[in-house]
Amino acid sequence: MSVDLEHYLVVGSILFAVGLYMALAKRNFVGVLMGIELMFNAVNLTFVAFSRFVESPNPLDGHVFVVFVITVAAAEAATALAIAMLLYRVRGTIEVDEINLLKW
Amino acid sequence: MDDTGTVVAFWMLAVITVGSALGTAAVRNLIHAVVFLVISFTGVAGLYITLSADFLAVTQVLIYVGAISILVLFAIMLTPRGDRGNQEGFLRLPAVLLSGLLAATMIFVALDTDWNISDRAGFEDTATDIGEALLDKFVLPFEIASVLLLVAMLGAIVLVRPEGAVEEE
Repeated sequence: MSVDLEHYLVVGSILFAVGLYMALAKRNFVGVLMGIELMFNAVNLTFVAFSRFVESPNPLDGHVFVVFVITVAAAEAATALAIAMLLYRVRGTIEVDEINLLKW
Repeated sequence: MDDTGTVVAFWMLAVITVGSALGTAAVRNLIHAVVFLVISFTGVAGLYITLSADFLAVTQVLIYVGAISILVLFAIMLTPRGDRGNQEGFLRLPAVLLSGLLAATMIFVALDTDWNISDRAGFEDTATDIGEALLDKFVLPFEIASVLLLVAMLGAIVLVRPEGAVEEE
């Protein structure tokens, strides 16, 4: 019994699906954000797995890409949580179902 | 990767990661969801170690487990007590269907494709090579990332600043 690329890809797929479910279905804005972070993690795991197992002239490029993804995810989290706080201050709630200002 | 230790570590970490990700989606209290999220992030860091990505494992622990989870906790604490539920909205059924279909498709593609597997061993030491790549081949994205972080920090400060904070001083 051994651990191959497919194992990591399956774990990444399940993580991504759970993150997508949370991002789509959760009512709380912070819950949606946690789903997005889970999706980032799934993609990073897939990058690192490919970097480890697949034939490539520059195998470490996947790692560098993950460093950039983590950077952008940190920037996204800081800005999105600031928006959540602002949303609460302006509308009095962070339930995404209630934020229907643009609904026709 | 055939040795027993790696196999056992992979299965344990995979179960922990996926299980606590499902827990994040399932629990009804948002604080508990953050705890499950932290466990899931730590499990991903462990999976990085089984892939011999030492630098990324440490980065994962520092940034996701350390910083982003605390940021999420702050956002929960600074919003009112009534908004700490973790319920699903009216999109629950379509979301289950869509993410289930997507997971099935991705798993099918992952298992069906003939990946170009190489037989090289794991990386010896990744931090040196990542640092050299960042300052040599990827120096322009590296600089852009630093500007992006600065802009995000300024944006977050400006967004949550109380009204008229400058005038008060």
